[in-house]
Amino acid sequence: MSPLLEATRLSIAFGGLRAVQDFNLALEAGDLQGLIGPNGAGKTTVFNLLTGVYRPDAGEIRLAGQRLDGLRPFQIARAGLARTFQASRLLANLSVADNVRIGAQLRSRPSLAGTMWRTRRHRDAERDIEARTQRLLATFGLAERADELARHLPYGDQRRLEMARALATQPRVLLLDEPAAGMNPQEKLALRELVQRIRREFGVTILLIEHDMSVVMSICETVTVLDYGVTIARGTPRQVQGDPRVIEAYLGVAAPPGGPPGDA
Amino acid sequence: MSAAASSSRAADGGWVPALRSGAPVLVAVGLGLLMHFAVQPAVGAFKARVLIDIGINIILAVSLTLVNGFTGQFSIGHAGFMALGGYAAGALSYYGSIRLFGSAAFNGGVVSWTASQGTFGGPWVGGGDVLFVAACLTGGLVAAGAGYLVGLPSLRLRGDYLAIVTLGFGEIVRVVLQSTPAQLSQAADVAAAPWPLLTLKLGGALGFIGLPFYTTLFWVYLVVGLTLAVAIRLKRSSYGRAFLAIREDEVAAEALGVHTTRYKVRAFVLAAFLAGVAGALYAHLIGSINAGELGFQKSFEVVIMVVLGGMGSVSGSTLAAIVLTLLPELLRSVTGTINTHLPREYELPDLRMIIYSLALILMMILRPQGFCGLREIWDWRIGRRRRPT
Repeated sequence: MSPLLEATRLSIAFGGLRAVQDFNLALEAGDLQGLIGPNGAGKTTVFNLLTGVYRPDAGEIRLAGQRLDGLRPFQIARAGLARTFQASRLLANLSVADNVRIGAQLRSRPSLAGTMWRTRRHRDAERDIEARTQRLLATFGLAERADELARHLPYGDQRRLEMARALATQPRVLLLDEPAAGMNPQEKLALRELVQRIRREFGVTILLIEHDMSVVMSICETVTVLDYGVTIARGTPRQVQGDPRVIEAYLGVAAPPGGPPGDA
Repeated sequence: MSAAASSSRAADGGWVPALRSGAPVLVAVGLGLLMHFAVQPAVGAFKARVLIDIGINIILAVSLTLVNGFTGQFSIGHAGFMALGGYAAGALSYYGSIRLFGSAAFNGGVVSWTASQGTFGGPWVGGGDVLFVAACLTGGLVAAGAGYLVGLPSLRLRGDYLAIVTLGFGEIVRVVLQSTPAQLSQAADVAAAPWPLLTLKLGGALGFIGLPFYTTLFWVYLVVGLTLAVAIRLKRSSYGRAFLAIREDEVAAEALGVHTTRYKVRAFVLAAFLAGVAGALYAHLIGSINAGELGFQKSFEVVIMVVLGGMGSVSGSTLAAIVLTLLPELLRSVTGTINTHLPREYELPDLRMIIYSLALILMMILRPQGFCGLREIWDWRIGRRRRPT
């Protein structure tokens, strides 16, 4: 059986800079994989390739057999691949609930006439969006802040809102771009539990980019390491941790095997 | 009340939801009738005319809110759509009247009759009313077609670049309309000319004149009511939320499955349609239309209303349209009153445009988000923190 999300030999160059070269990925349904690498290694570029922000120069992306490469981001979202962003990209001046509703309305195709006349189909669709929105807000502990503007949320809530919003699109695969960035140790612990809970409750397959090794090493089953756009290692957290090439990429010198790569 | 609510749930698809769906139409018709039959006789011709100007400006400001406010695209060519709508509607009503009724004279019913023109002796509804409504819709559709064409570059451009394209569009429309051949006024000539040719004979630099007067408080406030209903229903629906998402963050909206290019074009088309109808109303109010008056200055007037009201606030831009239409009139009468008490050599010059500009500058310094920001007036009454959508 072919994997749920499969990327083969993805490459992209910006001018003379080969940002990602021959990147391969295979996510089986239910996987929780990590993508790590030093700053500028091309991790976010991989996400941008997978979600259609960039068009790959070469290579293929398939989600459950369907070709995604060449599609526009909204088409990829509709195909079932959702993401969060490294720097928060919340709809800052909309309410928390509206941020989730935007995701939740992905599969309803509202017509102008239906919206104007509030047809039965329109009302049913809106009711369904509302119900799913409220459920997600409750799941993420955001129900009490539903009517606040997204930009008024504390940082940690903003990160959770981004995840709630992405999940509202009912994705099969969720890409998380540095979910732990800027979090303190307690928040990171809570995040680890949240990611695992998301996987369990929403049955979603997850690929996450993370700088924080404690998070990656504790929850990911498979880790891919990128450096200068090239995949330098892949394996379980333990295997990767011991890989001399990984250590070299992070520390710049060959270190004796066994030590963990530094917290970047 | 609760009985009515529960029966509506039981009989979903019956007359209660239909009534609720159509309520804005009834309200709009009611508003139009009220303005026409109750307000107009009470306030007199001058104030009725100011109320009509306010109404047309509300339609323009609220429609531009869909593009500049909701979708966050900066269009400064709204008067171009208005001009297109006005000319298209004028062509249909003028040449249509001549062909159908033999002359471009008024041939409507009581709702199209302005009281100041004398007592009305015609029917409730005349053939001219039908032609006028068709003309307004045609004006809207022609403008909407142009909105589609202007919306297309908005797929690639944003911010200042798009603003320049829309500005250019407005000017092109003005110049093209001012270069049209002279209009035909003899019934025999009109009858002989084919329709495609008639749609080109729009009077050129002299303006398109002799249009029948159909625009009354009824028609204007009917359209005001419908425009407000469209904008508010949009804002509270998935459809409108997609507009707002694009304004907030296009990349995020796209990642959440919003077909951003399609929605941007839709916003332009919808706004252009309404502006076209406003242009049609304007043309049949004045009895003529001249593209020279609908250049970028008019576009900026509308942009100012939207900015002042709050980008994305329907009630805010409505309020701004009212205030900014009234302000020059009020200032005019204030200056006039002061001058009657001053000796001739100390009379104030006409300061209203200076005060008007000063008011705008102060507003932008003191409250850059406009009257309402993104919110609506009624959001405050419900509570500061609640934002229904």
